[in-house]
Amino acid sequence: MSVGMLAGLGGAALIGLGLYGLLTHPHLLRKIIGFNVMGSGVFLLFGAIARRGAAAGLGADPVPQALVITGVVVAFSATALAVSLLLRVVRETGGPFFPDDDGAA
Amino acid sequence: MTLAAILDASFAALTLLVATYAIFARGLFAAVVAFISYGLLLALVWVRLSAVDVALTEAAIGSGVTGALLIGAAARIGDADGARAGQPKAMTKIIAALLCVAVTAGIAAAVLSLPTPAPTLAPRAVRELPATGLGNPVTGVLLAYRAIDTLLESVVLVFALIGIWSFSRDGAWGGAPRSPDAGTSDSALTFLGQLLPPIAIIVGVHLVWTGADAPGGAFQGGTVLAAAWILVMIAGLRQPPRIDGGWLRFALVVGPALFLAIGLIGYGIAGAFLAYPEGFAKPLILLIEAALTLSIAVALGLLALGAPARRHQP
Repeated sequence: MSVGMLAGLGGAALIGLGLYGLLTHPHLLRKIIGFNVMGSGVFLLFGAIARRGAAAGLGADPVPQALVITGVVVAFSATALAVSLLLRVVRETGGPFFPDDDGAA
Repeated sequence: MTLAAILDASFAALTLLVATYAIFARGLFAAVVAFISYGLLLALVWVRLSAVDVALTEAAIGSGVTGALLIGAAARIGDADGARAGQPKAMTKIIAALLCVAVTAGIAAAVLSLPTPAPTLAPRAVRELPATGLGNPVTGVLLAYRAIDTLLESVVLVFALIGIWSFSRDGAWGGAPRSPDAGTSDSALTFLGQLLPPIAIIVGVHLVWTGADAPGGAFQGGTVLAAAWILVMIAGLRQPPRIDGGWLRFALVVGPALFLAIGLIGYGIAGAFLAYPEGFAKPLILLIEAALTLSIAVALGLLALGAPARRHQP
């Protein structure tokens, strides 16, 4: 199996794995980790497509690569914003959970 | 099976294994550490995919700065009252698992049915590259062919930061973020905080400079500089700056503002937004990258620090 295909299938697995973490973890930081795993799975799909598009002496198509570089930076911005939201939730409710989950707030 | 194929398969298996641990680990801290290791393994996978620019970005931002952010958050929140929140019922977990398996299966089916020969823009990117004076096609896409994406991305960083700052208490607005200071006067940490920043500055500037012709660029270089800054603050050698400082706000917006200004000048001289005048593409791109590097380094550092927590005592 080519490394491109391997990355594509790995990306598919990571998306499912991250989604599961996002859905089932009550702890909000664990949800953020799940979301990031899911996101990097999506990036790997781009990697698979870039690798398959290797041509003109390049090992991978530069367009999907540039999209992923942009994506990684934007994903970090979103993660930093999510962590700030989380810290605000902790300050307001005393715990890193959605208020509905424990009925306390 | 060739050696390369075995290597690829082992990297893939190890990456999936560590990702699984990051999702299923019992402790919060273990999950965060696993996530950071996962990011580094992922960077190796990107190298194997011949995407060295992406590998550098993933290692620096996806694993490094994100890791510092998550560790900081985990340390402040703690995991002690994890038992307080009810775990979802077994039935809910089974339904979620089935849903996730279905999503994975659907995407895997799409991956397996990708068209052959694969569509690619690589020949066009390489063909047009001499006109930009650049040697790295990825930089060409980022700063010439699809410069609008990069411009908007640099604006996203500023917007995310405004969002984070707006979570501060009214009384702390304009003050400084909480210090990531480790709290102990650890001499090894102080030593590293003094030793590494000069090296990081050289490496960061080098990454930006070579980015025009080789893997590297403003984002990779800016992240290295941001990491050095965060290290200096963790070592307690410098305090986080107050967010209403004039130089700070200038450094934050100089990159996007210069990018936008050069883009607008393109209307007059080259006939389109973000078009570079002929023969001036490379110097303009290097100028934009230099200003962007400063803005990215400051923005990433401040994003990792979080909302202002206290008024600065004059």
